[in-house]
Amino acid sequence: MKILSRIYIALIFFLLFAPIIVLAVFSFNTSGSTTQFAGLSFKWYAELFRDSVAIKALQNSLFLAVTSSLIATVIGTLAAFGIDKMRNRKLKGAIKSVTNIPMMNPDIVTGVSMMLLFVALGSILHLSESLGRTSMLIAHVTFNLPYVILSVLPKFKQMDPHLSEAALDLGCTPTQTFFRVELPSVMSGVVSGLMLAFTLSLDDFVISHFVSSPDFVTLPLYVYNQTAHEVKYSMYALCTIIVAAVLVLLLLINFVGSDNRKKKSKRVIKEV
Amino acid sequence: MKPGSFFKKAAAAPHIIWSVMFIVFPLLFVIYFAFTDNYGNFTFDNLTGLSVYTNTFILSIGFALIATVVCLLIGYPLAYFISRTDPTKQKILVLLIMLPMWINLLIRTYSLMSLLDNGGLINGLLQTFGLSKIKMVGTSGAVILGMIYDFLPYMVLPIYTTMSKLDKRYIEAAYDLGCNNRQVISKVVMPLTVPGVISGITMVFVPSISTFYISQKLGGGTFDLIGDTIERQFQNEITYNTGAAISLIMMVLILISLAVMNKFADSDEEGGIIV
Amino acid sequence: MNEKDVKEGNVIIKLQDITKSFDGEPVLQGINLEIHDNEFITLLGPSGCGKTTTLRIIGGFETPDSGSIYFDGREISDIPPYKRQVNTVFQRYALFPHLNVFENIAFGLRIKKVPDPQIREKVKQMLILVNLKGFEKRNISTLSGGQQQRVAIARALINEPRVLLLDEPLAALDLKLRKDMQNELKNIQQKTGITFIFVTHDQEEALSMSDTIVVMANGSIQQIGTPEKIYNEPTNAFVADFIGESNIVNGIMIRDYEVSFAKQTFVCEDFGFAPNEPVDVVVRPEDIDIVPVGESMLTGEVTSVTFKGDYYEIIVDIDNFKWMIETTDKVSVGQTIGISIDPNEIQVMKKSEFSGMFGDYSSFSDELDRLSDMTEGAKE
Repeated sequence: MKILSRIYIALIFFLLFAPIIVLAVFSFNTSGSTTQFAGLSFKWYAELFRDSVAIKALQNSLFLAVTSSLIATVIGTLAAFGIDKMRNRKLKGAIKSVTNIPMMNPDIVTGVSMMLLFVALGSILHLSESLGRTSMLIAHVTFNLPYVILSVLPKFKQMDPHLSEAALDLGCTPTQTFFRVELPSVMSGVVSGLMLAFTLSLDDFVISHFVSSPDFVTLPLYVYNQTAHEVKYSMYALCTIIVAAVLVLLLLINFVGSDNRKKKSKRVIKEV
Repeated sequence: MKPGSFFKKAAAAPHIIWSVMFIVFPLLFVIYFAFTDNYGNFTFDNLTGLSVYTNTFILSIGFALIATVVCLLIGYPLAYFISRTDPTKQKILVLLIMLPMWINLLIRTYSLMSLLDNGGLINGLLQTFGLSKIKMVGTSGAVILGMIYDFLPYMVLPIYTTMSKLDKRYIEAAYDLGCNNRQVISKVVMPLTVPGVISGITMVFVPSISTFYISQKLGGGTFDLIGDTIERQFQNEITYNTGAAISLIMMVLILISLAVMNKFADSDEEGGIIV
Repeated sequence: MNEKDVKEGNVIIKLQDITKSFDGEPVLQGINLEIHDNEFITLLGPSGCGKTTTLRIIGGFETPDSGSIYFDGREISDIPPYKRQVNTVFQRYALFPHLNVFENIAFGLRIKKVPDPQIREKVKQMLILVNLKGFEKRNISTLSGGQQQRVAIARALINEPRVLLLDEPLAALDLKLRKDMQNELKNIQQKTGITFIFVTHDQEEALSMSDTIVVMANGSIQQIGTPEKIYNEPTNAFVADFIGESNIVNGIMIRDYEVSFAKQTFVCEDFGFAPNEPVDVVVRPEDIDIVPVGESMLTGEVTSVTFKGDYYEIIVDIDNFKWMIETTDKVSVGQTIGISIDPNEIQVMKKSEFSGMFGDYSSFSDELDRLSDMTEGAKE
């Protein structure tokens, strides 16, 4: 039984990663072929880095991920605070449901609906171009918001309600209480919300596909355009770089996280 | 007014305004476009005209259902086996399950396509062994395989999460009360992991039924799914009204099935969602 | 200790006709209370009696629906907590988890922007006061319950409040630690001269620490007085039952100094009732003497004997009413005994809404009592 389960796990993981590994291997292939490995070379990588559109797409992606995640984190954290304190249950429920819509809805519907809004706004305001950087930023903040709230709200719920009262009792105004006690208490949720929003923004393709214009291309949109027709080996290179970056990031988060935990437990032991 | 209540009330205001402007309004636009013609007149034609797409809907629902069921059949045992390994291994395996989720869907689909392509590695290997090529890209099997391949982790992770949170004492109690291994799984583990299964099903079914990239790449243009149809209406043909009508129907379908499933699960468990 | 009804001195806090309800459920129904400078006053009552709400109204965390609250003669009903000269020690302490011991204690001074050297000096003094020297850098999560308790007290006291509010501060501690902290709190109060308003459901705690006890039930005050007064002269059946053990029987006040109960007439020290007014009569179990049957006022059969260490707790059935007696005499179950009650051991009370609810020990069980204590602690 034990062996069977191991084989099963190994098989699934092999199938899960085989395509990506093959892709990575052939990104270093000299010849333009996916069947025969002719020799090691970085020519596809070189080609990729010569492509100014790709570099621009990377810049756009990073700009969008940073700004949209920051905005969503600020709005979302305040919202989680407000929702947590809200006494009116019906209003609370309504806000929560609306907030969850972008998470429940298929991305394509979210994308389409926002595109309709921007196009309509554009024609009302007589804008020459209604889709682009601004519409992308708004869309990304919108689909990031529920995830930020989802990671921050439980932290507010878990917080001892007496903590805020203690701060008020010790002379804090409500605003001071928020910044000195409540925010630090939910910080872990805020940080994970920010990171989640950042990666979701970096990763999004479907919604971006509808609310962007050819003037504002992000990395996923670039990949989409490039893979639309024939096989492009520079895309193999780009995909490999992205996968490697994700891998490093994920390992880093886990490594640093567990390191912190170790440090903390060490300190406790020392003090006890 | 209680002291400080202004700050508390105002805190959620930016979010409320944002949600109304960029979540509620856009959806109202979808409804508006679905019920109007090119000149803005009220009409049911968009919706009634959708009968043309009946086959598309059936095909999409069918593909998504098959993919979801297969994901569940593969994913549930996988989650169970992972939850039974020792803790250090478990951490690594969970990391490996999460890794594909962080890799862009386009990349994963594209890598699978390169493998299955007529000029891809599999057909290359077949030829090397003197066998004839198999046409894979462009078949319904490839599209469904793409869905399974892309979304399997989304099935495994929530199930795994509920399993790992499962109190071990329930299992011990079941053994104590005379269950054998099979009975423990069927009578204790399975009922208690229903919330995870529900969110797994949701997280596979919704993207499967609405995808267009998978069918474009692995269907080779042969299959027209709901996602493809919507995408075409908005990107190429600029027939917003029909596109909006299809989107509306799909949204309503999904919301209904979500509501039904949540009734089944009957819990506020948020644990299934990946954060 | 003085025998006066309440401690004398400047009235620092005055509650006038305070009412409060939550979701239409009345929690406080007309609270009137004066709290004096330098007083250790305890709000005592079962869970849901309104004691914590009263405290929260004084702290500024709740606003009364009607009525006023005065601080030093000035109305403060609408003053937010951060502008009040009171500080609170919260239930389960509410220490800030992201700050260490030093920063927790320094918090109030930091908000007031007190210069750094002064803060350091005052925190040092506080740590000495609460016996936590050397704990400055410690993380809150590494402290024991008792240590957290001390930090919470220091954090409140450093602001030199005129009044310190303590909301069941000892409920989370184990018995031994609780006794130690009781003494320590009392010492701190005497050393600092700050008015302490203490909330508890533990009558023993209240009796041993307070200058004044305020007994509350169902959202109103039942009795205010010194611990001795509360114990010896309860004003109604609720107070008599809640503080210590008591036998409460129906009686008739025949005339001044003469009360009849259990089909007998007794001499007592109470007066001022209407002739033949129905009353509740309280007799504490330790105040009942066992005498030979012939010389007794009442006789009855022993139905249970429980050894309690330094005394026996026995239940005697006298005319179907079960009396509890605490005695050092050895008696056995089934034995018929006589009892006698001295006039000064009889406490006569007016009938109240609580009459008939308490006082008979027919269904008495130690375990039940302890259980209800525990659930009470858990609820609050």
